[in-house]
Amino acid sequence: MSIRISTYCSFRNNQIKLNGEALLAKGVEVTFNEFIKSAYDLNASPYLKFFKMDDLCKLAFIASEFLLKNRKPSEQYGAENVSLLFANTSSSLDTDINYYNTVKDFASPSLFVYTLPNIMLGEISIRNKFKGENAFFVFEHFQADFLCNYATQLIQEQKAKTVVIGWVELLKENYEAFLCLAEETADGTELTKENLNTYYNGK
Amino acid sequence: MDALIAKLKTQIIEQLNLEGVSPEDISPDDSLFGEGLGLDSIDALELIVLLEKNYGLKIENPAEGKKIFATIRSIAEYITAHGKA
Repeated sequence: MSIRISTYCSFRNNQIKLNGEALLAKGVEVTFNEFIKSAYDLNASPYLKFFKMDDLCKLAFIASEFLLKNRKPSEQYGAENVSLLFANTSSSLDTDINYYNTVKDFASPSLFVYTLPNIMLGEISIRNKFKGENAFFVFEHFQADFLCNYATQLIQEQKAKTVVIGWVELLKENYEAFLCLAEETADGTELTKENLNTYYNGK
Repeated sequence: MDALIAKLKTQIIEQLNLEGVSPEDISPDDSLFGEGLGLDSIDALELIVLLEKNYGLKIENPAEGKKIFATIRSIAEYITAHGKA
């Protein structure tokens, strides 16, 4: 069997799409906080820690909830065989700025813990009981070739049996999330740079 | 004391982003950590900031903190005892 993209989802322009199908669409006047709260409500799986996360983690977390809604990769493959491979452009800058603004008065511990972009991987891993390798990279733009090659190598070298690939970008009101699940399966679309780019671009 | 307890409940809900929790949901004698309100170690740090920011009280001894932050009532008693209510 070849490595394929079995499921994918995107959050952009106040819309959520899962495998190309629109699940939620809000108008442009809706703020990020309103949009992500609607997404949380739609997901209908209570997780109170969500409300303590920074915006970047909220975005990554809810996107992963939609992606994995009907999947239990840790049960199917074993917790150690599920990897996370994420990237973005602005790292954790949004929260870094918010934290810096609290330092002038009383530094916020709850903001400080989110001043690293890879915290989102921890939040997703805790939620889904993933214990596999995880990595976070900062790129100028979406790098389909790098993500495709890295995920393929993880699976081919038996470091993982499935990889959640994610691009989760957020700075103020500008946000975008694209997540997909790569695994050796008969279903889905072959994991290639071209196909990853096609799904990322919303086709 | 009752007024301070009511004020503390509101401040804690706001400071710790306790979504879906109202002041009426919290008994003054409920444990804040573990089985009670289920707060974690980061919440404990936020409570320390809350006391310093709103009441000018600094807690520097971790052992003391565990006792002070046991319940809403114990926090209120600490604030009252230190004349900052």
